[in-house]
Amino acid sequence: MTDDVPSATGEYDSDIEAAIRENHPALITYLTAGDPSLEDTKAYVEALDRGGADLIELGLPFSEPIAEGPTIQAAINRALEAGTTPEGFFELVDELETEAPLLVMTYYNMILQYGDEPDVRPFVERAAEAGLSGIIVPDLPAEEADPLREACDDHGLDLVFIVAPTTEGERLETIMSQVSGFAYVQARLGTTGARADVSTATHESLARLAEYDVPKAVGFGVSEGDHAAEIIEADADGVIVGSALIDIVASSDDPAADLEAKAEELKRGAIRGAETVTVDTEDTPEPEQP
Amino acid sequence: MSTSDPERNRERDSEATFGDYGGQYVPEALMPALQELEEAYERYVLENEDGFMDEFRERMRDFGGRPTPLQRADRLSERYDREIYLKREDLVHGGAHKLNNALGQVLLAKYMGKERIIAETGAGQHGTATAMAAAHLDMPCEIYMGRTDVNRQRPNVYRMRMNGAEVNPVEAGSGTLKEAINETMRDWATTVENTHYVIGSVVGPHPFPKLVRDFQAVIGREAREQIREKAGRLPDSVVACAGGGSNTMGTFHEFVPDCADPRFANESSGRSPRDDDVALYAVEAGGSSLEIDAEEGLAPNSATLSTGTDGVLHGAMTKLLQSEEGQIMESHSVSAGLDYAGVGPELSYLAETGRVTPVSVDDEAALNGFHRLSRLEGIIPALESSHALGYVEEAHDELGDLVVVNVSGRGDKDLETVLEETEKRDLEAAPEVEVFDRD
Repeated sequence: MTDDVPSATGEYDSDIEAAIRENHPALITYLTAGDPSLEDTKAYVEALDRGGADLIELGLPFSEPIAEGPTIQAAINRALEAGTTPEGFFELVDELETEAPLLVMTYYNMILQYGDEPDVRPFVERAAEAGLSGIIVPDLPAEEADPLREACDDHGLDLVFIVAPTTEGERLETIMSQVSGFAYVQARLGTTGARADVSTATHESLARLAEYDVPKAVGFGVSEGDHAAEIIEADADGVIVGSALIDIVASSDDPAADLEAKAEELKRGAIRGAETVTVDTEDTPEPEQP
Repeated sequence: MSTSDPERNRERDSEATFGDYGGQYVPEALMPALQELEEAYERYVLENEDGFMDEFRERMRDFGGRPTPLQRADRLSERYDREIYLKREDLVHGGAHKLNNALGQVLLAKYMGKERIIAETGAGQHGTATAMAAAHLDMPCEIYMGRTDVNRQRPNVYRMRMNGAEVNPVEAGSGTLKEAINETMRDWATTVENTHYVIGSVVGPHPFPKLVRDFQAVIGREAREQIREKAGRLPDSVVACAGGGSNTMGTFHEFVPDCADPRFANESSGRSPRDDDVALYAVEAGGSSLEIDAEEGLAPNSATLSTGTDGVLHGAMTKLLQSEEGQIMESHSVSAGLDYAGVGPELSYLAETGRVTPVSVDDEAALNGFHRLSRLEGIIPALESSHALGYVEEAHDELGDLVVVNVSGRGDKDLETVLEETEKRDLEAAPEVEVFDRD
């Protein structure tokens, strides 16, 4: 539970909560570690950090990523073909020095298999040692999370839960009572992947969460500064972008430069959204150039 | 419900798991659908609300062709000098046991008010059964099937389309069952509000392993009654092939309490514990070898119970073919229906506790089993079932005097594969392949 985590800033329960609250509106970025190599990932993470990412998710690739769409699935395949291992992943994290705290996003089997016997603790211990601030596990619902949550509590790591458009009523309360760091609000049903618009489900989900005093960040389909603006306007504390960044990794001639620029665009969009919430419309900044 | 309530947790665990196996490891978006399914399972399947089970049994009788016979295999009995009985699931409508589950789940989806059916398929038997059930009950249906399997099981692809289902080939990975399941889960995560995912085996998150088992348990229930009627007693052993494990669990479930171990006592069955167990043999696909190729991440077999390790795949904690780091391996079997890196969690539990004995035979033994049954008994079995028959040939001395073998399906769908694979080998039980006009 967040209560057990020592406050990193003196103000908030965790590094992650501080990163989102103090940099409001926050930009959270995702990259698959090892795509196309761990060395490249290091350069790309540093570029995102320079570009204004406030929190960085690093995917530890698993061969059966059932929550991912085609873009991240392809990135995971490239990372596995490049020979990315959990130990290589942790060594990358050991080396990274970013302003933004780092989280690992991976599937439950990868966590269980780290170490000699199926057990979550060796992974969490190594994650804490490497300096990671939290863990997100897309195939671990609250019902199955007790062992991992206890291990995370013991090591001061946040365990971030996903709130889906289908999460309502008692389930929502159960999850929100266990959230630490932030609530990952899934913008729409389905898998990850860049989309051309912001789903109405996003607004409905954020409205359902309005009464809970935890940071809320929206992901699944966010790809442009305008989306970021709209999501922050709808009362989110942060936006999460993954597939749009993977597209840059996969197709750009200079991914590091383009990732930095994309992070700047997204962060500007988020700030614009926050200003729309708080100031008169005449102060709204110019629209983003495509 | 609160997961921090230990009382509630224990209660939920005993419902959702078999020992340490099972559970619900799925994306959050799917959890409400699993809860809804759990509720529907309890009401309709366990409590027969609105006469659900009565309707299911009636449709399985009139549309599905149940009960299937338990036939004495005269020439096999002579060959092995013991009584061999075959449970003829190949005679179920569609040619395999798969209809028991597909019809049950499509009907359940209808009772739940769902509007669309999706399913994955390996050999195509589950896809065919689901397409048939969906046509029978007037539900739109889409099937995901790995590209490799689409190519090696074309007759079933045609049959699915004939029944009005849309077949979506999956190009990822090795293009087999594992990839098809991933893709179907992705579809379900997008459409969960109006769609039911008809999982094809006793795998996946709770309540699927129990739901599918209960629909398939009719196999063992009939076989148990039939063998008592025909032979006057329970068998010494029951043999079934195991991929995901649906025909295995379906055949075994009623026999599990037939043992002295109190852990498996079933109070509701009213049976007394026995001193001598009905031995249960799950025959897995040994492929070309039981050794794994760690460097390539390949298992040249699908012998998950025999060689796998504990982990989480497709929603459940179970035994898996995986690397030390937790990556799931590509599996192999000459039989597309067994070609899967996981297995049902209840089978993992029964194997772990010693109630079920996991064994395996290789591709060649299965092909010989195929030819032998075809020649000796006039029954062309599925390549899946041929593994069970291959094991009887290899181990008949250990099976006792009275043996029940489940023939889970018929082999029409496998003829192309069998001819091709037979041509590569010198098989004692095979006819001359040259006599077949391959053009």
